[in-house]
Amino acid sequence: MHNEAGQFIANARQALANPPMLAAVKRATDTADRKRDLAMFADGREHGEALRQQSATARHRALSQLPALLEQAEERLTANGATVLWAVDAAEVCRHVQEIAARHNVRRVTKSKSMISEEVGLNDALIAAGIDVLETDLGEFIIQLAAEPPSHIVTPVIHKSKETIRDLFVERLGMPPTDDAQTMARFAREHLRAAFLSSEMGISGGNFIIAETGTLCLVTNEGNGRMVTTLPPVHVALVGIEKVIATLEDYALLTQVLPRSATGQALAVYTHMINAPRRTGEDDGPEALYVILVDNGRSAIYESEYAEVLGCIRCGACMNACPIYEAVGGHAYGWVYPGPIGAVLTPLMTGLKEASPLPNASSLCGKCKEVCPIDIDLPRMLLNLRRDLVVQGHTPLPWLAGMRAWSVAARSPRVFDAAARAAHAVQPVLPKGKKLPLGPLAGWTASRELPQLAAQPFRAWWSEREKRAAQQKAEESDDQP
Amino acid sequence: MDLPARTSPVGQPVALYVTCLVDYLFPGVGIASVRLLEHLGLTVTFPFAQTCCGQPAYNGGYHREARPLAERFLDVFHDVPVIVCPSGSCTTMIRVEYPRLFADDPIRAEQARAIAARTWELTEFLVDGLGRADLGLRLPEQQTFAIHDSCHGLRHLGLGRQARALIEAMENARLVPLEDHDECCGFGGLFSVKMPELSAAMLEKKLAHIRACEAPTIVTGDVSCMMHMNGGLVREGAFRQVRHIAEVLADGLPEGVRHAQ
Repeated sequence: MHNEAGQFIANARQALANPPMLAAVKRATDTADRKRDLAMFADGREHGEALRQQSATARHRALSQLPALLEQAEERLTANGATVLWAVDAAEVCRHVQEIAARHNVRRVTKSKSMISEEVGLNDALIAAGIDVLETDLGEFIIQLAAEPPSHIVTPVIHKSKETIRDLFVERLGMPPTDDAQTMARFAREHLRAAFLSSEMGISGGNFIIAETGTLCLVTNEGNGRMVTTLPPVHVALVGIEKVIATLEDYALLTQVLPRSATGQALAVYTHMINAPRRTGEDDGPEALYVILVDNGRSAIYESEYAEVLGCIRCGACMNACPIYEAVGGHAYGWVYPGPIGAVLTPLMTGLKEASPLPNASSLCGKCKEVCPIDIDLPRMLLNLRRDLVVQGHTPLPWLAGMRAWSVAARSPRVFDAAARAAHAVQPVLPKGKKLPLGPLAGWTASRELPQLAAQPFRAWWSEREKRAAQQKAEESDDQP
Repeated sequence: MDLPARTSPVGQPVALYVTCLVDYLFPGVGIASVRLLEHLGLTVTFPFAQTCCGQPAYNGGYHREARPLAERFLDVFHDVPVIVCPSGSCTTMIRVEYPRLFADDPIRAEQARAIAARTWELTEFLVDGLGRADLGLRLPEQQTFAIHDSCHGLRHLGLGRQARALIEAMENARLVPLEDHDECCGFGGLFSVKMPELSAAMLEKKLAHIRACEAPTIVTGDVSCMMHMNGGLVREGAFRQVRHIAEVLADGLPEGVRHAQ
């Protein structure tokens, strides 16, 4: 996918000028965050917190054994009858899928939602190879029609109101006008049903792979995932290498926190556990099952101090909770993964320089860590990425100079004091009640008054008080006979 | 929260770290802190060499610029038994970030851990350190307050209940809820300067909750958040205001103490 993370500030500005979009985002994220809290802590704070910590432990354990678990997963999946392929980067993923399509004479592909396919630009690659691709997750179906990227990893169409979707369906698919969401969904469903029946290959993502059993796990809500993975003769699953977990028991745990954190459901509507393609004597399932294990930058993260971020189970809770995501929506982040997880993943996967605004797009409020079911310390990673930006020289010179000056001044109370007094002397000439025309505080003062420096700083008050106390003491001793 | 264990500060003299913002922008918060602590019979000192803890540089990623300031802090406060600071975010810098900042220097790291164990945010010091939520305070007349939980104090130090306990124990003070009281006001230090429109959008959401709040006074434990929210309230000419907990509590001191020189 095209990377626009470098234009975050301009993108955010554009988003801020689109109140209807932001209203849709706010409504949806507020609801999702509230439902998450209710679901995660339905059995009390302590229980929910224990669930989080156990989930974090399961993910950390899996990551610490990742190379061995990947080999085990490959072995078990293969033994079960799946074909396992490895892809080091986006190009290799696309090549694999194109080759599989060619091998099975595939012209029509149906897809269930896969963020990795967005990451590697799979749809464009297939279309370029003359293959029809249809997204069948309702949200993905809508944004494919609108030719837009997803703006949220769980609810890709979160930025669209019902009315915009209605207009899109009427205009592009000839839907009879209606304002009833259920009627609209039924219309899309009928449209998709025909495509499922004629599809020659289904492409899905994967939420987990259980290494000990060689099981591909998919958590979905719409039923399209089941269609895509069982109706077409070929099923291809794209799974990030970090998605491997050790045991069925770990899955039992993680499958509790994933839907609770993502959509506030105790259990998703469909929980698929795919062990093999169709076996002799079975009635359904694909004839061939391919699992493509995708690296695409993950090994490099695994080797870095940011390895913990690979524990992410893509629930989207951090987006729903983040005041910044809520303020600008997902497109501003410029790549596949928006919100706090995107602010960490995008620089790590696409380059720190290219995504340099993202680590700074945070007030470090810490809400993302608080809601993360894996307790990933995203605020700390943002802090460390900021440090990396400075160390690698991707910080504007005036900022660096300003920080240096501050640091030098604050090393001496006298210099610091003199600087504050100078600022106090200058302050009266600054305009009040309106935006400063220029300077680093111009943006701040567009909607906020600056505080006034005190005529008497605390330290001056303290000195005076000390002096007075000393004087009093001296006078008292003078009074002594 | 992964904070070091600490010993009781009861009976110890207190060194005040007022923070640079309080020193030069909101000295009243420092004065109120002194009055409160002295009212409890504590000996308060003010190490005069203190300046900035380095948080703005550190949070911006400028560790090389933050480090000398953190080293200064460790030197200036190395021999005081208890440090009290009227700010959740500066206390977080000292208690949570200093030990990390000096992870590569065993001597400084040890000093940082020792200082971290002796540093208290003001409300935490009063309620958890001294075990005193009821300071015997009485407001001259009935007032209604609501609390905004500042992010760093809330999520790094576990603050929130302390300020509520202190206000609830004060005579003539009434506490009402503030919608989304634990959501960020959008300040975030340099964030509000680097991305002012985004920060302003977050502030606007906070102000909408403040406008809808029954209390005319919103109380918080960080002057930085206070400065940000008041920046928006003053600009729109609102009658509501945000105040620091120290000043609110100091209003409940006996007349003679409150206005002492």
